[in-house]
Amino acid sequence: MRRLNLGYFIKEGFSSIFSHGLMSFAAVCMIVACLIIMGSFSLLAINVDDMLKQLEEENEFLAFIDEDYTENQIRELMAQVRQLDNVGQVEYITREQAKADYLKGHESEGLYVNLPDEVLRDRLSIHVIDLERFSETVEAVKALPGVANHRAASEVAEGFVAVRNAVTALAMVLVAILAVVSLFIIANTIRLATFARREEIAIMKMCGATDGFVRWPFIVEGLILGLMGALVAFFLQWGVYVAVGSALVENGANALFSLMDFGLIWKRVLGIFMLSGAAIGAVGSGFAIRKFLQV
Amino acid sequence: MIRLIDVHKEYDNGTKALKGINLRIEDGEFVFLVGPSGSGKSTIIKLLTAEITASKGRVIVNGYNLGNIRRWQIPHMRRTLGIIFQDFRLIEKKTVQGNLEFAMRTVGASGREMRKRIPYVLDLVGLEDKADVYPNEMSGGEQQRVAIARALVNNPKMIIADEPTGNLDPRRSLEIMTLLERINAMGTTMLVVTHERDLVNRFSKRVVAIKDGEMIRDGQGGYYRA
Repeated sequence: MRRLNLGYFIKEGFSSIFSHGLMSFAAVCMIVACLIIMGSFSLLAINVDDMLKQLEEENEFLAFIDEDYTENQIRELMAQVRQLDNVGQVEYITREQAKADYLKGHESEGLYVNLPDEVLRDRLSIHVIDLERFSETVEAVKALPGVANHRAASEVAEGFVAVRNAVTALAMVLVAILAVVSLFIIANTIRLATFARREEIAIMKMCGATDGFVRWPFIVEGLILGLMGALVAFFLQWGVYVAVGSALVENGANALFSLMDFGLIWKRVLGIFMLSGAAIGAVGSGFAIRKFLQV
Repeated sequence: MIRLIDVHKEYDNGTKALKGINLRIEDGEFVFLVGPSGSGKSTIIKLLTAEITASKGRVIVNGYNLGNIRRWQIPHMRRTLGIIFQDFRLIEKKTVQGNLEFAMRTVGASGREMRKRIPYVLDLVGLEDKADVYPNEMSGGEQQRVAIARALVNNPKMIIADEPTGNLDPRRSLEIMTLLERINAMGTTMLVVTHERDLVNRFSKRVVAIKDGEMIRDGQGGYYRA
């Protein structure tokens, strides 16, 4: 692209936005609507994912150690566990600590106060990194010599994974469908704007303009409209997100489901909106202009 | 230079618009293409500007064989032509100067080239003082002069004028045709499509007449009978 043409394309792109103000406004509104719908689904998925990650971090299982194991053997076992793939933090809990913790939960029940320490076993509390490989990790720990027994809520872990995968897949499918729908809506809106200028395009083509020369100002126009729409959509999305967060707090629903702080994600949201807006605008324009180039 | 060799054109709806047209126009010629409505004149223009392709036969325009021209070559072929329409087809929101700049920019002309060429062309068509005027502030004759200026501004080898006087009164029509004749005298090949008998008769030029898709006459002299 020649430098002279680049300046011309940008100038033409901007000037046609203002000379076809109403259509430009309609296109921006469509982009805003599409991005907010897509953004809302994406933010929901991000929050569900974040919530599940927090729950995952609390995920652990217990490996009970053989009663005959000495202190040194237990240290060796801990080292072996730590070397296993997918194992995070490993904590050694003596039978005395285990009893004390147990009694903490049953303070009102004096029945257990005289429970001898020997009833319980020494144990390792093992955190799992990737919940999807929870069962596999439990099996690996079980196979180590010195591990007499274990206690793991595999079903709960698998449930978390299933929910997260379902939400992510649903969000991805919805966002993909909405992206395609947005593209068609934007392409049609820009096609309407382009229709009014088909004569201009025909003149350009008859004067010997290449397809690229005709197409670029429209793509620049679509790009600018997309970026404008993305910026407006970002601020509206921000407002909606904060309002929903406040409503959750007011209704006491935040104990069950709380939203991430927008300050932590605004850069990502803005970046995705700007990229999506620019892509939708530019590609939509490219599609819209195609028919009018057949002169 | 134009060559049409046994050109046939049948549209998708079955209409046979051209039935074996043979035509040769040399560089520098002035040719009237005449015929009644529906005779196939517009189809010939569309073939020459590569808007459509022939069903059979060969079409060669300024060295480009349009039967096997690649899509990317079409703009380059069109740059060898200047096209004038009956309805002027000017961009209303641009001034006369703007319309000419628009045409020059499409072929990648620089600002310097535009500053040099546009005043010359406006002077040639007698609109040297109208550069900043908008088309809707001008008469039909003046608008057609702007269209001629636009066709000329990229210095084409040939001008194809499709009913250039169709929207003008007899006096303006004569002025426009005289202007086209003057441009032809400067070396630009001229193909003028018209069905204005009096105007054709007034100029002693080569006349190609077609009817029902067939050539019925190709000869020198103004008289023709459609």
